Amino acid sequence: MVAKPVFRTCGLTGLKIHDDAEKLIKANAVIAIVVLAIGGLMGLLVVLTRWPSVHLLPADLFYLALTAHGIDILIVWCIFFEVALMYFASAILLGSRIAAPKMGWVAFGLMVLGAAITNWKVLEGNSSVMMTSYVPMQADPLFYVGLILFAVGALIACFIFLGTLVIAKEEKTYEGSIPLVTFGALVACIIAVYTIASGAIILIPTFLWSIGLISHIDPLMYKVVWWGMGHSSQQINVAAHIAVWYAIAAILFGAKPLSEKVSRMAYLTYVFFLQIASAHHLLVEPGLSSSYKIFNTSYGMYLAVLGSMIHGLTVPGCIEAAQRKKGFNKGLFEWLRKAPWGNPVFSGMFLSLIMFGFLGGISGVTMGVEQINIMIHNTIYVPGHFHGTVAVGTTLAFMAITYFLVPALWQREIVMPGLAKLQPYLFGLGMGVFSLFMMGAGTLGVSRRHWDMAFSDAPHAFSYPPAAYLMMGIVGISGVIAVVGGALFVVIIVASVLFGKPIKASAPAPAPSPVASYGSEQHAAVPGTFVLALLFLTMFVLYYFVNWKYLASTWLMS
Amino acid sequence: MSITPPEQKIWFNEPVDKVELLWVGMALVWALIMFAMMPLWHLKGSQNMSNEAYRIQPEAYQAKVDAMVEKFKVGEEGKAKTPVVHPPAGSDVYLLARLWEWYPVLELEQGKSYRIHLSSLDWQHGFSVQPANINLQVHPGIDEVVTITPTTSGDFGIICNEYCGIGHHTMLGKLRVVAAK
Repeated sequence: MVAKPVFRTCGLTGLKIHDDAEKLIKANAVIAIVVLAIGGLMGLLVVLTRWPSVHLLPADLFYLALTAHGIDILIVWCIFFEVALMYFASAILLGSRIAAPKMGWVAFGLMVLGAAITNWKVLEGNSSVMMTSYVPMQADPLFYVGLILFAVGALIACFIFLGTLVIAKEEKTYEGSIPLVTFGALVACIIAVYTIASGAIILIPTFLWSIGLISHIDPLMYKVVWWGMGHSSQQINVAAHIAVWYAIAAILFGAKPLSEKVSRMAYLTYVFFLQIASAHHLLVEPGLSSSYKIFNTSYGMYLAVLGSMIHGLTVPGCIEAAQRKKGFNKGLFEWLRKAPWGNPVFSGMFLSLIMFGFLGGISGVTMGVEQINIMIHNTIYVPGHFHGTVAVGTTLAFMAITYFLVPALWQREIVMPGLAKLQPYLFGLGMGVFSLFMMGAGTLGVSRRHWDMAFSDAPHAFSYPPAAYLMMGIVGISGVIAVVGGALFVVIIVASVLFGKPIKASAPAPAPSPVASYGSEQHAAVPGTFVLALLFLTMFVLYYFVNWKYLASTWLMS
Repeated sequence: MSITPPEQKIWFNEPVDKVELLWVGMALVWALIMFAMMPLWHLKGSQNMSNEAYRIQPEAYQAKVDAMVEKFKVGEEGKAKTPVVHPPAGSDVYLLARLWEWYPVLELEQGKSYRIHLSSLDWQHGFSVQPANINLQVHPGIDEVVTITPTTSGDFGIICNEYCGIGHHTMLGKLRVVAAK
């Protein structure tokens, strides 16, 4: 006999919360934050080593810390948090019980075990193969086993999410279509399923190779399939953090999408086109044709970029529309000026939105051009770009919604509200500058994943221009500022969960009422957002062509 | 709201605002322009990826490198006394990557074209010519051929920018471009 599901009603939001779902969300979010702390510490060690005048770690420990930082942040932190978000977007937003909670704990256990094994092997020092673990460089067999276990756990979590959608539909816990945020989580889940499939296809044979059962893994084939996981996992992040943006717009402003159709279509382009984008890691590989590279790297003619550009308008657009409905109508930007910039839920979300577009988005599309990639491949421009997506985009958005989840799920107030107010700026702006100057150093040719930019032990001499050293110094300083911001987040959240003042369930609901309908004829205009979008497009076009000009000045090659 | 089901059940038929449609149109046009730029540069531009590559055994590649070094060696350079070769313009030039060196040192003439071959004997490496800022991936077992015409002269570093183990940061080669004779 199955026990009757236990629900409570959230005093803060009025959401109907299934007890089992809540426990799973909390567990996954807690581990996510623990991993963020570990991965962040590794990041601090990396940045202190790449800061030329500090150069903290010896070479072996540097490569070890870099491997751990990449795996813990790019994979483990993001996926744990996304599992929590998927459960939230299904069970909680739909007011449903979660499917198979026991399997949820199995998934959780597998993910924790897998992450622990891989971390153990990396920290032991014999698996400093970087997150990408390109063959024929070999890691300890258990390194791959850990990743495989983690992936199996994540896959189970995806199916629990899908199962919950089925249950909610069956038990009629909502009417009509699923909410946009749940739809976004569904897109993230679909991408996650084929991400994990790619991972399994390549990591299982690589594991068998590491224990000697397979004699050879082709390095080029490895890369093609591995990036089907490596890049797609970052697309899970994109789909998930855009869902978080929409969720925060709704939670804080009662905003509804300008148009359900447009926003959902934009999401749909991700399902169809994001996977092939993994080819843009292979632009300067030998043995792949230019036509393969051009079609795939452009996400099939940049149709997924189109999706992101649409969200770039519709997310701030729905906030503007909601704010204007509430009377913030003066000029182009009163709606934005009078937004709650002191609330970390908002400031984190909006900084994430802006910097993801301007830093991560523009640079990502530009460096993904087949020919421009010749100037950028494996330079420190590349981590510059993805700190502009994963750190200031995904991580900052996840931090922002955590400031909402703690009161909603743990029913605790955020402690140290003054510092919490400051935290998104410290992390976001620090990381923004960090990302920007890494890109700058990359255009001067500074290599990524490199311990010694002075080449002191090399057989020949080479020195980068002084500007490269200056930029790497700024990278060091801003990186440390970002780490302080990240550490502050971990401290605030852990302290709030443990010692925050309990929020009484009977507290008056400060949740905003949804704004009146404007989805159809009485549509609110969003001129401010459109001006921002035009600014974005102008920057994009300029930056894109500046890079072509820069390319035209280098040596001829064909 | 975005966290609740759409108010209208048949949301697909809701009219879309002009601003949104305009933006979607602009973004689509921009996407297509960017898409067109890549094939266009293959036709009109002078910096393109080569599509020429062959499977090769590391020993066979090493033999080609050794033959070239024997034929065109003009000196030695660096702490490891790496041979310097000055191959004739237009010829096939073989550069070898291995843990942790680029072999040999190349001396090329400005404005002349060379068929540069790249391959690794062991792991993957990254061919990064600085400060010209040309970055290509080097694989074991693949002989990659790219025709390069240096347009600037001087001493250039060949940095390995694909992580290749503990000596990765010492893997620095040299490429010298001299005025054409």
